[in-house]
Amino acid sequence: MGDFFTLSVLVATAASAIRLATPYLLASLGETIGQRSGVLNLGVDGVMLLSAFFSYWTVLETGNLWLAVLVGLVTGLAVGVLYGVITVRLSATQGISGIGIFIFGLGLSDLLFRRQVGTPKPVRRLPNVDIPVLSDIPYLGEALFQRNLLTYLAFLLVPATALLLSRTTFGLNIRSVGENPQAADSLGVSVERTRFIAILMGNSMAGLAGAALVLQLGIFQPNLTQGLGFIAVALVYFGAWRPVGVMGGALLYGLVNATVLQWKALGIIPVSGSDLANMAPAVLTILALIVLARRVHAPAALTRPFTRH
Amino acid sequence: MLKAVLGALVPLLAAVVAFAFGAIMLLALGANPLDGLNAMLDGAFGSGSRIAATAVKATPLILVGAGIAIAFRTSVINIGGESQIIAGALLSTVVALTLPDLPAFILVPLVLLAGATGGALLGAIPGALKAYASVNEILSTIMLNLVMVQVMNYLLRGPLIDPFEMEAGTRIPQTQRLSDNAALPTLIDGTRLHIGVPVAILAAVAAYLILWRTPTGFRLRAVGHSPEAARAAGISVKRNVTLAMALSGSLAGTAGSILVFGSESQRMVTDGSAAGFTGSAGFNGIVAALFGGLHPLWTIPSAMLFGALLTGATQLQRVLQVPAALAVALNGIIVIFVISSTPVRGWLQRSLADSGLFRRSGNHSEAD
Repeated sequence: MGDFFTLSVLVATAASAIRLATPYLLASLGETIGQRSGVLNLGVDGVMLLSAFFSYWTVLETGNLWLAVLVGLVTGLAVGVLYGVITVRLSATQGISGIGIFIFGLGLSDLLFRRQVGTPKPVRRLPNVDIPVLSDIPYLGEALFQRNLLTYLAFLLVPATALLLSRTTFGLNIRSVGENPQAADSLGVSVERTRFIAILMGNSMAGLAGAALVLQLGIFQPNLTQGLGFIAVALVYFGAWRPVGVMGGALLYGLVNATVLQWKALGIIPVSGSDLANMAPAVLTILALIVLARRVHAPAALTRPFTRH
Repeated sequence: MLKAVLGALVPLLAAVVAFAFGAIMLLALGANPLDGLNAMLDGAFGSGSRIAATAVKATPLILVGAGIAIAFRTSVINIGGESQIIAGALLSTVVALTLPDLPAFILVPLVLLAGATGGALLGAIPGALKAYASVNEILSTIMLNLVMVQVMNYLLRGPLIDPFEMEAGTRIPQTQRLSDNAALPTLIDGTRLHIGVPVAILAAVAAYLILWRTPTGFRLRAVGHSPEAARAAGISVKRNVTLAMALSGSLAGTAGSILVFGSESQRMVTDGSAAGFTGSAGFNGIVAALFGGLHPLWTIPSAMLFGALLTGATQLQRVLQVPAALAVALNGIIVIFVISSTPVRGWLQRSLADSGLFRRSGNHSEAD
């Protein structure tokens, strides 16, 4: 245990926590936007699997990382169109529609990977970019300001999402259709259009999350996410539907994952207990849900399809 | 009458759309769709032993699907089939390891019962959490899926590992060959058709009888239809939500013990993933149940169809080198299509309006 509390190990753990928090953060910020508009998207994990595969395949074929990020985003957007049609146009039950998207993404990404790639080949990872001056700060600079561009983007999206929701007309529309769609409708806000756009934004961010996950790892395998997308949905709850709260949750998960990895590497967690240690994020989520379930206020119209009477 | 016709149309249309989508996928992957269909039909029904394999593949889907019908009819969304299957399999494995010398006519029912018990426990946890702590069951069941995979890996790599694997140092994560007395007897020699198949069918019939022919089922459906009305009639919503999840889990858990004791190897084996052991039956069972209109009896033919899809997909992989994951992708399409179809949608909206992510008190009937 003493090995863990040395400055260099702690800095390395913090750095890896921030890196590991990136996919959680991108996906849950997107989910936050969707849920504030009243739409629950349980398909995040499926979206992430698809975008992770297409990003990975793009790098494998072209070597172009930024094209791969773009492909991840567009994949998320495309699934968003599908999800918007199902849940907004057709008013289908959101919970199960999301599970359908998840199963579809799980199967399609697995199928395409086995057919087009076969055995996992490592690809280039997102390079770390030092931020001038700040990255030279001792310890802190190494942990915070020598990260990749998607990580910076994810953390910049926290204030951006918060401002979008609280300070813009569109953000007001999102919140109003999520709280009281009938009232919003009577004031001339298009519930369908607002929710559809919120879904597209959310899914694009889930697409980026998939790209971040695979491009930080540098390898793809079937079911790469292992439930990460579902935890991202729970994080919205955790953060009480506020971007800053969601960021706190994402950092906590990054830290838990990084600590488990570091403790395994240092032998603090014995090999035999490694499987049990892997349970940590899911157990933490269940405990958080138990503690928070009755303490947070959800958007009033969440999961309720809107029909004009 | 019209309603019944519409109800039958939905699964038919979904099947047509799924087939069309499958054909497009095959074309995109450079395979001839007709050859694909041929390979799938051959794989699923080409011989007596293949038909038996299809029925065996359908068995866990019948059980999970009948359980899903109970849960969904009570307005509880059980996505935890995977964890409940694993729990049932683990508990029944422990029973067979502890009491290997019991005669078969006692041990076989005992391991099935142990499976049901393990699954019921794993189902009751998210049920009780929803009922008594307002924890959304979709998220808690999915998290328990993630937890149980690791529990399975831990047990099969450590406490339950075959002692021979330890001695030899190969450390393949699997149990020793379990007692022959626990093996599910086969019904037709030369095929894999074992008593798990009729057990599953009987369990689905029992699920139907419980739901529509007993006071318990009446209470479950009343809670599913309107928690307020049920509460006003003196029915405990909390107790019935927990019960529905426990019943649902017990059926999935039975599927878990059937997967172990109906297997050729007579062991429980893990490849590190849940799907490696369950074959994703916890998810595919949801698809079968939705396709069967959330009716336990219709779930039986529906599960047979999906069993055929799975065995057919294996043959597709063998003949045309199209990965069997195609079946999973098609299942997703079917869920999306069935859930988007109007007749099912109207019914589901009414009965599921309250089982969305976040329970709030006081405004349950707003959605109607």
